[in-house]
Amino acid sequence: MLHQLYEYLQYPFVRYAVIVGVLIALCSSLLGVTLVLKRYSFIGDGLSHVAFGALAIASIMKVTSTTLITMPITVIAAILLLKGGQSAKLKGDAAIAMISVASLAIGYMLMNVFSASANVSGDVCSTLFGSTSILTLKQSEVMICFILSIVVITVFVIFYNKIFGVTFDENFARATGVRAGAYNLLIAVIIAVIIVLGMNLVGSLLISALIIFPALSAMRLMRTFKSVTITSAIISVVCALLGIIISILYSTPTGSTIVCADMAVFLVCYVIDRVRTA
Amino acid sequence: MAFIKCIDLSVGYEGKAVAEGLNFEVNEGDYLCIVGENGAGKSTLMKTMLHLTKIISGDIEYGDGLKPYEIGYLPQQTITQQDFPASVKEIVMSGNLSKLGLRPFYGKAERDEAKRNMKRMDIYDLRNKSFKNLSGGQKQRVLLARALCASTKLLVLDEPVSGLDPKVTADFYQLIKKLNDEGMTVIMVSHDIHEGLNDATHILHVTGKQLYFGEASKYADSEAYKILTSIELTKGDK
Ligand SMILES: Nc1ncnc2c1ncn2[C@@H]1O[C@H](COP(=O)(O)OP(=O)(O)O)[C@@H](O)[C@H]1O
Ligand SMILES: [Mg+2]
Repeated sequence: MLHQLYEYLQYPFVRYAVIVGVLIALCSSLLGVTLVLKRYSFIGDGLSHVAFGALAIASIMKVTSTTLITMPITVIAAILLLKGGQSAKLKGDAAIAMISVASLAIGYMLMNVFSASANVSGDVCSTLFGSTSILTLKQSEVMICFILSIVVITVFVIFYNKIFGVTFDENFARATGVRAGAYNLLIAVIIAVIIVLGMNLVGSLLISALIIFPALSAMRLMRTFKSVTITSAIISVVCALLGIIISILYSTPTGSTIVCADMAVFLVCYVIDRVRTA
Repeated sequence: MAFIKCIDLSVGYEGKAVAEGLNFEVNEGDYLCIVGENGAGKSTLMKTMLHLTKIISGDIEYGDGLKPYEIGYLPQQTITQQDFPASVKEIVMSGNLSKLGLRPFYGKAERDEAKRNMKRMDIYDLRNKSFKNLSGGQKQRVLLARALCASTKLLVLDEPVSGLDPKVTADFYQLIKKLNDEGMTVIMVSHDIHEGLNDATHILHVTGKQLYFGEASKYADSEAYKILTSIELTKGDK
């Protein structure tokens, strides 16, 4: 079995895929805490559906890299959703539900009507749940994912203290002259980028799990923002690595395998926390 | 020129005023207590002074060397903060956020300032503890230390003692009094008569409009005081 894994790892494209998978998992865990605590989970959910619609459009346009289409659409949607959620007149969650469902419907419609592929339901399935194997990722996608992951991690580190301030107490930050609106926008844009990245790994339906599970697990174990952030990143990376290896060895779908690993870790953390506080 | 001067100020939400006709000023070294019943618009007035809510009409002038954002704020308690994973140190440190500007990380100056204020508030030993496991009084001292990092000139406190027991409340008022004696200007909101009122130099009584503004010593003779105490008395009768 290990021998088989070793053989796979001889191929450069397998190694790249593993590296990219780990980087994406790292990125997606970083903003999990903020997403949960700022009650932004709904934006994450809405965006993943928008990204599905965008990917449908991208796939019928036959561009070299679908990310070039899905990224701008999802980022714009993130900005609109954030603005919508803030205005009191527009009921935020209703608007998001509408956008989510509409994106799904349009996406599926487009894929059915325009797709030249013989296996439409296979295409839809891999968009929703991720490629059956991370090894089928195209070289160009792997490159784009790699660059974007590095950008996301760098931006997060640079703005770490500001993100903490705006997440913990937005009003206080605002009152001391911190431009909280701009940072909220930055957070929304990073979330959009993460969702588009994560879609390659686990698909649009499962990406929320990749973002939220590691953060929830870490919050059971740790009590400070820094330790929660670091723990959540470690959990996410380990689960992704585990998921990818298992999926290669047993040919299970990569996305589901990673999310199952995340879920198992969450259960363990939950039990530890229960036992400790009991 | 005062630190803060409100001129014919109306405050409220979405164009509708909840309190209007506010004319008062806060000078360096003052301890202003804002009183008024629940829903009187006190928090709204605070938020307007802090640029969190738009002015409906009138004007607020900041002066005497106070920059518009140089205010340490202790918000009325919110539920969202209760479950947040953060250490005391992380929270106090975030009071320095506006000093960062374009820098990504805190430097020695900010770390020293946070340490100094944690010591002042007697929470330095708790610095690595989790905020959510602290007692109510400790939490308020953490948030006060954060506010002190944000401003050395003006503190704005919105009902800082609600939910605290009498002993802790008395200690907290003592702490504020001490800060004021050391030269810190204080604006504090509360909705009832309390011992902290004795420490104030000025009183502003708001209930939809301004019922009283002036020196604290003359407040007891005013009509507004009778209204407030009569509410207190009827509450006590029940
Ligand atoms: N975000 C808001 N939008 C609209 N109305 C509000 C908002 N917050 C408070 N109010 C209303 O404004 C009035 C004054 O509230 P507030 O300033 O919190 O009173 P106080 O702090 O004196 O108890 C209340 O009637 C309240 O219902
Ligand atoms: Mg209030």
